[in-house]
Amino acid sequence: MRSYKSFRQIINTIEKYQTMEKENKDRSRRYLNPYLGGVLLGLVLIAANYIAGRGLGASGAVKSVIIAANKVIAPAHVEKNAFYAESIKQHPNPLKNWLVFEMAGVLVGGFLSGSLWGRLKLKVEHSPKITSRKRLIMAGTGGVLFGFGSQLGRGCTSGSALSGMAVLSLGGFITMAAIFGTAFALAYFFRKNWI
Amino acid sequence: MGPLVVNGIISENTNLLLAFIIGIGFGFVLESSGFSSSRKLAGVFYGYDTVVLKVFFTAAITAMLGMLFLSLFGWLDLDLVYVNPTYLSSAIIGGVVMGAGFIIGGFCPGTSFAGASIGKIDAMVFVGGLFIGVIIFSEGYPLWDNLYMAAFNGSPKLSESLGLSDGIAALGVILAAIGMFYVAEWAEKKFPREEY
Repeated sequence: MRSYKSFRQIINTIEKYQTMEKENKDRSRRYLNPYLGGVLLGLVLIAANYIAGRGLGASGAVKSVIIAANKVIAPAHVEKNAFYAESIKQHPNPLKNWLVFEMAGVLVGGFLSGSLWGRLKLKVEHSPKITSRKRLIMAGTGGVLFGFGSQLGRGCTSGSALSGMAVLSLGGFITMAAIFGTAFALAYFFRKNWI
Repeated sequence: MGPLVVNGIISENTNLLLAFIIGIGFGFVLESSGFSSSRKLAGVFYGYDTVVLKVFFTAAITAMLGMLFLSLFGWLDLDLVYVNPTYLSSAIIGGVVMGAGFIIGGFCPGTSFAGASIGKIDAMVFVGGLFIGVIIFSEGYPLWDNLYMAAFNGSPKLSESLGLSDGIAALGVILAAIGMFYVAEWAEKKFPREEY
């Protein structure tokens, strides 16, 4: 009789644990209503413009970090390169840059939200139809293209498209249309990676 | 009256501290809207999850409208707010390259940092790719500096180029956004979504 009781207890504990795990998993799939998220993101963008007179950005921070590293490793090279030299003329100290501080904040803010919703987990997210290895190769390739394009286009989805559209910049609308138009046009060829 | 920094109301160092706090808000909203997941982001291109379109355009029209009102109340001088310059060729070709990067890599720069912050390894690899891409552009700059500087049009606004007032142009953008939200809601019902 006693052993039956403890058996029940074990089953109960397992069941309790399973429900807890399921709840955690459900919680980690919960996201903000997209329209509410959009309004909040819009308010952050207004704050940036009201305080600093400029919009949000992301790729500019990558460029600043690269220039800062280059200044330490190869200062003569930085002076010779017209692209670096132009940037340094505007920001003599590349790390004391608005976008670098903002992107440091993004890492903190993302981490806070992830921990609040139980989404902190080291993993490679990919469609079941492709391997992790393939997903990582595609992610790296996409990153290289996006990095290159963001410099050519003077800003990425945040700095050029979103922030540009908010101030009604014609260039912002053009870059936005080019980014989303191209991604839609190519979606068919890369469908196996996603669906 | 804003912008606070341009008008000398707060110092450059305070500005950097506030940039960090604004970044926290930016990252928090990106992550809690699901922008840390590449499969959610790419969903918009197949119709199964259109969160990108909804968040992106709601944010754009909120900020656009908010700033127009702030300027109307005399709280923000829109002439002192940075308007991105328009270099037609590089805006289009840069956008095309970024679009390819988006559908192949599943992130854009801001969202990849958000994904990396919660431990997505694919996002970290994307960030690594960003660094390589920026280095390729900078090191090879003489090869494309003509393209980079071509077709400069100043910093025109959509409203100016259409010959409309800012308010009417904004109304047009809002109507276009509402139209897209309808299509997005329809698409999400039509295309099945798996759990991820």
